[in-house]
Amino acid sequence: MTVRRKETLAGLLFAAPWILGFSVFLAYPLAASVYYSFTDYSVLREPVFIGAQNYSDLMRDELFWKTLENTLVFALLALPASLVVSVGIALLLNSRVKGMAFYRTAVYIPSLVPMIALAMIWLWMFNGERGLVNELLGGVGIKAPNWIGDPSWSKPALALIALWGIGNAVVIYLAGLQDVPQSLYESAELDGATPWKKTRFVTLPMISPVIQFNLIMGIIAALQIFAVPYVMFPNGSPARSTYFYTMYLFDNAFRYQKMGYACAMGWILFLLIFALTMIALRATEKRVHYGGV
Amino acid sequence: MKAARERSVRAERRKWALAIHAALIALSAAFLLPLIWMLSTSVKTIEETMKDPPVWLPSEFQWHNYWDALSYNSDKLGYVPFLVYGRNTLLICILVVAGTVISNSIVAYSFARLRWPGRNVAFALTLATMMVPFPVVMVPLFGLFRELDWIGTFRPLWVPAWFGAAFNIFLLRQFFRTIPFELSEAAKLDGCSEWGIFTRVIVPLSKPALAVVALFSFLFTWNDFLGPLIYLLNQDTFTLSLGLQFYQSQHGGTQWHLLMAASTTVIAPVIVVFFFAQRTFIQGISVTGLKG
Repeated sequence: MTVRRKETLAGLLFAAPWILGFSVFLAYPLAASVYYSFTDYSVLREPVFIGAQNYSDLMRDELFWKTLENTLVFALLALPASLVVSVGIALLLNSRVKGMAFYRTAVYIPSLVPMIALAMIWLWMFNGERGLVNELLGGVGIKAPNWIGDPSWSKPALALIALWGIGNAVVIYLAGLQDVPQSLYESAELDGATPWKKTRFVTLPMISPVIQFNLIMGIIAALQIFAVPYVMFPNGSPARSTYFYTMYLFDNAFRYQKMGYACAMGWILFLLIFALTMIALRATEKRVHYGGV
Repeated sequence: MKAARERSVRAERRKWALAIHAALIALSAAFLLPLIWMLSTSVKTIEETMKDPPVWLPSEFQWHNYWDALSYNSDKLGYVPFLVYGRNTLLICILVVAGTVISNSIVAYSFARLRWPGRNVAFALTLATMMVPFPVVMVPLFGLFRELDWIGTFRPLWVPAWFGAAFNIFLLRQFFRTIPFELSEAAKLDGCSEWGIFTRVIVPLSKPALAVVALFSFLFTWNDFLGPLIYLLNQDTFTLSLGLQFYQSQHGGTQWHLLMAASTTVIAPVIVVFFFAQRTFIQGISVTGLKG
């Protein structure tokens, strides 16, 4: 055997687990999912081809639109808030004062909490009239809403919970901040820049690729929100205000056995994520600065 | 004159530092508060959890709450075998972490350091699939595991981990490529096979990257909710994530002190792992975040 052939053989052997895994756990399900989305299919019966029926049914399905709207509204609440807060916190955590290791750990630890435990903790924090959140707000004279029971406050409650877990994004920003060359700050200082101006014209442009990255990861995660509302708000209560897209998809697949319908929803979700990612890339393209990082 | 100005500059700086400290302390308090409240609730009596205004320190620490939580009778399902859930979760985690580290490092070696026709196309395909959200393949995967008669067992949760995953392959490939190729050449001259180069040269030099992959697959598996929800059927095969739900009462009157004790039990291992592997964590997040 030539050296070349030997290397090819070794390459294929080493890649074999993935070639198998890719075909069985990814390529096949992807192809099947496309096909199922055009069929009437439950686990109990063989799929029956019905053309684009699932898709046209979805367009007339009120719950589809309701869950889509809920999901987009949640994303619009959570994403901008998370972005601003996490950049702000990262800037604060990047200052040079004593005890920083403690502060950074404190901000990061909540992002380690398993989703399900997180849901439980916040159910307790928001519990009725006497949850700790409302007690504390009451203490400073704010008449707080019923977060869990009021349809207009359930989504803000979820956005607030999302803020609690932004430690990951903060760490990514911190890494980006540490890569900003010190010389840029020094020359800005020579030009008499104030701290605000240094942040606005040096720091933010230099970490803009990181902001863009976190924005896109945020979009992908927000559109698939599932576990926390699934546990905190049974059946999307109150008044279906927390019935999100992936929850409806899950219910279609495993509660109503409408698996073809669920696959069609999956593909629409994929296209939506793809489109929004492209829009986000386009919209931020001119503002992202790839100079140094 | 000059000294006076310097003093005022220093005073100004101190004021800034003080303001930053104040902001940081408030921030840390806000982030730690829910966890402290959970801990506090977990050692109270049920009456004390309802007190208005809230008490932070229980009059007497009810450590037995933890014991009670581990042998809890729920109104939904009766006895909750929490220790069994812990064992199930741990078992799945071990199988997933082992499979993830072994399979992804082997596959990444092929993509990073071996040349074979079609490699670049295969790698591009691998990257493209990273964008596919799980709900898209959820139904066919369920169908597949049903055909295999795996529903209700742990297998759907750990077997796929032994066949590689796009993101980990990508991460390890990037790392393996930074190892000088001269090392492989030298090993080859010494009569090393590819497998020998992989196990004796590449793996020992890649421990930090492998630790990152292991750590994050552990976290993901420990936290996973959707997977167990879809694939597990019998109560005694459940994981901690699924089991925690049973502490919630459907008819009000949730035993909050026990629920918080159980939640603490689920969170504690993750926090312990964090404190032991802090550096790996930070490395991992910045690598996966920036270069991913």
